[in-house]
This record gives sequence, C-alpha cells and structure tokens, in this order.
Amino acid sequence: MSTRVYDCLKAIGEKIIENKDFLTELDREIGDADHGVNMARGFQSVIEKVSQDDPDIGAALKKTGMTLLSTVGGASGPLYGTAYMEAAKVFADKQTVTAEDFKAALEAAIAGIQKRGKAEKGEKTMLDSLLPALDAYSEKIAAGGSIVDGLDAACAAAREGIEFTKTIAATKGRASYLGDRSIGHQDPGATSATMTLEVIRDFLKG
Amino acid sequence: MVGVVIVSHSWKIADGIKDLTDQVAAQVPNIIACGGMEDKEIGTDAIRIEEAIVKANQGDGVVVLADLGSGVMSAETAKDLLEDENIDIRIADAPLVEGAIAAAVAAACGLDIDKVQAAAEQARTVNKIN
Ligand SMILES: Nc1ncnc2c1ncn2[C@@H]1O[C@H](COP(=O)(O)OP(=O)(O)O)[C@@H](O)[C@H]1O
Ligand SMILES: [Mg+2]
Repeated sequence: MSTRVYDCLKAIGEKIIENKDFLTELDREIGDADHGVNMARGFQSVIEKVSQDDPDIGAALKKTGMTLLSTVGGASGPLYGTAYMEAAKVFADKQTVTAEDFKAALEAAIAGIQKRGKAEKGEKTMLDSLLPALDAYSEKIAAGGSIVDGLDAACAAAREGIEFTKTIAATKGRASYLGDRSIGHQDPGATSATMTLEVIRDFLKG
Repeated sequence: MVGVVIVSHSWKIADGIKDLTDQVAAQVPNIIACGGMEDKEIGTDAIRIEEAIVKANQGDGVVVLADLGSGVMSAETAKDLLEDENIDIRIADAPLVEGAIAAAVAAACGLDIDKVQAAAEQARTVNKIN
C-alpha cells in the first residue's frame, strides 16, 4: 500500500505540474500569477522526496506536507502543507484506506486549512470546493456508498464549488485586494483542490 | 535575551531590516533575518522559520515579525511545529520595519518577552506625521 500511496501522490503531482500554466493564469486574473508555479515547484519536490519505502500512508502524507511547507512559497504552502500533515495523523501506521478513514482525513485536512487561513465558505478560496466536497462525500457513504461513490459525489460538488467561486468576491488572500473586481473569475486554489480530489478518485477507480 | 525573527517574502527585505536593527542593537546575536525561500526565490518557508526560531531562542523566548498574509501563516505553522519544544514564541501583530526595530531595541535592553512583543506592537500606533 505504501507503493500505492506513493503512486497516488505522484499522480497528484503530475496533474498539478501538467496544469502549472493554467493555474498560474487563473492566479494572474485575481492574484499574483504564481499559484501554478508555486504548486508545481512544491509537487516536483514531493515526487522527488516521497518514496516507495515510506513505511505507511501517514508517513508519506507527512513528508508531503513538510515538503510543501518548505517549497511552495505562497499561501498555498502553509495551507496545503497543513492539510496533508493533518490528514497524515488519520493514517498514522495505516497501510489501507477505508471510506471512513478518507472522510476523517478530508475533515482533518479542511480543519487544518481553516486553522491556518481562518476562512469560511464563501470567501472565494479552496474551501469553496473542499467543504461541499466533504458534505457530498459524507452523505454518499452514510447512504452505504463506497469510497469511489463518495469521491464521485465529492468531485461533482467540488466542480460546482469552482463555479460558485466565479460568482463571489474574494475576502481572503491576495485576491481580496481586488474586492468586487475578483467576481467573474474562478479561484485558483479551488481549482487545484478539485484536481487533487479528481486524481484520487481516478486513482482509486484504477 | 529575547530573540527576534524577521520574516519576509523577500530575502532582501528581511536582510535589509536586519541591517537596520544592527544599527540599534548590533550587540544582539539572536536577531535573525528569515526572508524568501532557500533558493532566494520570493516566498515564505515554515521550515526555515522554524529553524530560525530555534536558533534565536536563548531560553527567553522569541518574537516573530512577518510581512503580508502568508508570511504570518508560515510563521504560525512554524510555531505549531515547535509546539512540543517549550519555546515561548510570540507572533507580533506589528508593521515589519518599525516593529522589528522596536523589538530589537527592547530585546537589546534586556526586557522580557511580554515587553519586547508590546514594543513591536506599539510601533503600529506610532504617528509618522504629526
Ligand atoms: N486564508 C485562506 N484560506 C484558504 N485558502 C486560501 C486563503 N488564502 C488564500 N487561499 C487560497 O490560496 C490560493 C492562492 O495560492 P497562491 O497563489 O499559491 O498563494 P499567494 O496568494 O500567496 O500567492 C487562492 O486561490 C485560495 O484558494
Ligand atoms: Mg498567488
């Protein structure tokens, strides 16, 4: 399984790196044109550092978080870094993922992002994708759905979250300097967060 | 003596402020500039801030000053990483340049961490033009 988590993290990294220019362009509209550059630099380093030898999922996620803290540079560094490190705690010593584990990890990641950035839903951040994704996921598995069913629902909700960010003004992060002029543009962090969930879903589908 | 860590997205800004604090508190070894990323790119790095705090601490605690938004986030992350280390870490709600100089002077005078933090934070309300 630690091979699997390594492959999954690598797939997330590859997706982010592939979308480096796209994410950076989104950040050019409402920020400082570096979200893709920041995240690609971070995940390049994650791909190099995380290895098949990491003993369990928790260890691999913790290393991912620490690496993002020291390589991303922008707000998304401490935000995603904290998210992965909080999720790591749920998977300490674990080699497999249950639907309940994934829910707990997503909850912990979101709590970490909120502890760090003190944002709520509706502030035009990654949380506008992640919070609805968590709700959709939880509802699906409570109704007996599998982890993949849950993630299908989560990804759909996260995509809707991206659309929602186009309709609101940013009140957190650099985009908040723009005020109402940020309306009409989609949030880069919500976009990278949604991509992350989609890679995990596709990965688990096999 | 209380330590002071100066965090900025820019290596040059942090180093430049350190030049200024050296003028008023040259004898203080534990005022540390922590700007940019390891490779001098723009950004903040919680792990480097963590290391700077450890280096600045002589047992009397460390006051951290940070610039824009995510500088504070990275400083808070560093503080959380040091949770178990028994270091009194204060992130000052203060302007970076004026706050760092006020903190450096207070630290050099041998004041305790409450007073060093207060000195930094009072810099926020000092009028520049009367
Ligand atoms: N306080 C916050 N809470 C949650 N997410 C945030 C916060 N501030 C910024 N973000 C997210 O970070 C993204 C910007 O990341 P990035 O461009 O890498 O950092 P920076 O804003 O420092 O340049 C935004 O699109 C938003 O989703
Ligand atoms: Mg940016």
